[in-house]
Amino acid sequence: MSKSDLEKRTVMSPDGEPIEINPLQDYFCDARPKVHEPVLPILVLGFGTGCGAIEMRPLMTPRFDAYRFGIQWRPTPRQSSVFIISGYLSVKTLKRVIRSYEQMQNPKFVIALGSCTINGGMYWDSYNTIKRLDHYLPVDVYIAGCMPRPEAILAGFEKLKELIRQGKGEGANLYAKNFDWYKANQKKIIKDWDIPDYNW
Amino acid sequence: MNTLLDNIKTVFPNAEVWTQRKGLYHMSIPKEQLVTLVTHLKEVEGYLHLVQLTAVDWIEKNQFQLTYILNNPNKRIDIMVKTFIPRDNPTMETIHHLWEQAATYQRELREMFGIDFPGSPRVDKPFILEGWDNIPPYRRDFDTKKYAEETYFPRPGRETHDPKEYMKKKLYPDEI
Repeated sequence: MSKSDLEKRTVMSPDGEPIEINPLQDYFCDARPKVHEPVLPILVLGFGTGCGAIEMRPLMTPRFDAYRFGIQWRPTPRQSSVFIISGYLSVKTLKRVIRSYEQMQNPKFVIALGSCTINGGMYWDSYNTIKRLDHYLPVDVYIAGCMPRPEAILAGFEKLKELIRQGKGEGANLYAKNFDWYKANQKKIIKDWDIPDYNW
Repeated sequence: MNTLLDNIKTVFPNAEVWTQRKGLYHMSIPKEQLVTLVTHLKEVEGYLHLVQLTAVDWIEKNQFQLTYILNNPNKRIDIMVKTFIPRDNPTMETIHHLWEQAATYQRELREMFGIDFPGSPRVDKPFILEGWDNIPPYRRDFDTKKYAEETYFPRPGRETHDPKEYMKKKLYPDEI
């Protein structure tokens, strides 16, 4: 390949039409890809509680690519800042969720995914599934749907960033302020309470 | 009748046997002889695979029905072995010595129906309901909806409509 192959020029198409080509132009993008301004790294705890966990997997793939929004998954609660409650939450899982949430360090946020966390969804008459997540954990952002598409989850992350920028992501402080109310609700349904009672 | 059902009828005169379709047979037997029949099916007739062990609550007859579904992988035949046990203080012999995975089914039945299987490993440990203090939830006298409304906080605003009445009101308001 010589240098002249890279220059802008006119060539004849197989149909006999002259067309202009510019080998150095990116025909798919008009501008450089926008780099999103990071708020703080959104470190999502890799904890799938319900069927919505399956919708978080595509976010890591090139098609949705959540990493360009500054979103990353972390393996342990102590390294994470966002807890996604992905769908229905049974009482047995709620116990593990509370324990993980209390181990996370501030600032921490909760995103509730799907209608099950809002009003119980299709498990509204189940003996073992909670109906309203905000009675047990402080929820910063709800993403409605059954299940929400990965695009909706990305929009939810953008909403969370907006709230953080406005200084409204106060879920963890709300939890500390109304600690007794949350604990009473949790202990009402978790009958065999055998996890540590934190008091910070 | 084929030879298998004839054989069973000869060895276990108390058993009722019938055919539902090709490759699916039913057997019903008193609970004392059930383990013997299941052992016979596994060791002699080649029904090596325990597909499922489940229960049905016949509250009107005050009985639980236990169904053991066995499969013969070589002949591709399923057998459903049924037995009835009384609903008050239900107890059944364990079959975990024949299939180890039966212990998990029995643990689940213990939790969901309250059927005891003495000697089955970890049968009294909670399976999914940790610290459950009500009657077992799969029994038919357990009111799931009432329990859910009392225990978990229902969000107000959920309305239910009878579809027939609702559409009548919406489409033909003059006729009501």
